Amino acid sequence: MFNYLEYVREENFPHIWCSGCGDGIVLKALIRAMEATGMSRDEAVMVSGIGCSSRTPGYVDINTLHTTHGRAIPFATGVKHANPGLKVIVVTGDGDATAIGGNHFIHAARRNIDLTVLLYNNYIYGMTGGQCSPTTPIGYKASTAQFGNIEPTFNISGLAIAAGASFVARADVYNAKQCEKMIGLALEKKGFSLVEILTPCPTAFGRRNKMASPVKLMEWLRDHVVSGAKWEKLSEEDREGKIRSGILIDVDKPEYTEEYKKLTEKLRAV
Amino acid sequence: MTEEQSASKKSAVIRVKTEWCKGCEICVAFCPKDVLEMEGGKVKVARPDDCIKCMLCELRCPDFAITVE
Repeated sequence: MFNYLEYVREENFPHIWCSGCGDGIVLKALIRAMEATGMSRDEAVMVSGIGCSSRTPGYVDINTLHTTHGRAIPFATGVKHANPGLKVIVVTGDGDATAIGGNHFIHAARRNIDLTVLLYNNYIYGMTGGQCSPTTPIGYKASTAQFGNIEPTFNISGLAIAAGASFVARADVYNAKQCEKMIGLALEKKGFSLVEILTPCPTAFGRRNKMASPVKLMEWLRDHVVSGAKWEKLSEEDREGKIRSGILIDVDKPEYTEEYKKLTEKLRAV
Repeated sequence: MTEEQSASKKSAVIRVKTEWCKGCEICVAFCPKDVLEMEGGKVKVARPDDCIKCMLCELRCPDFAITVE
């Protein structure tokens, strides 16, 4: 048994997430990862924007900041800039980070500022009523795509890699242990790190797509997500329709706040 | 039998916080030993002696409602 209650604000429970929403599973994986990495809770700050995932900071007993839609990364950038000693965690969703806050997301990755971004990808805008998000798959229904979505999707992890992130991993809540491991690695990485976490939304996504039961959505994850080691063994044909999880990139490059410090020291010495 | 072995054979203590359980059935569906059941929209520990302490129910419960010891 893991004692989660030590890390949560118990007075706020039961949480607001719907029955079968995966956000609680991610929160538990994050708590286990925080414990495993031994990070100081006094020096940890969690920042979120708006959306279902962005309610996470309300439940964690660390320093937390709940900000405006899509702007979690700018607020987190400010926190990190003001005090680079802090461990800054951003909790966001597919809509919050890649639509409303899409620019902030790619530029923080480009800058390689030391933030750990946990992006809950549930393929939909859950809280605001099931509208299509940049990750709603083609053919799937949303309240704004009642006959099926026709827009191609963002590959969020691919976007972060292309923009310059130093660590990118993908995980899902069916494989909760792997999810914990990926979050732990992201927390320990210096530089912009992203974990894209696939998580079910039975209410806004599943209900419209013949997967109203949370169990069906978990089975979907089980049947579609393939870990890195298994992925390597699959043929091109077998990879069709499957999603690769695990570490996607892990490189070391200059971190923004460190470069900034070096610059200020250099200028002061003049 | 060492003390450790006998301890591992002890049956599991599975606790459900029913006021937090939202009845999603994830724990029931993915329990490899069919230990859990639904009753009145909440999870019920039906066959605790069959539990092998794989912890999957605790890991995947989104509502912090089930623990295994």
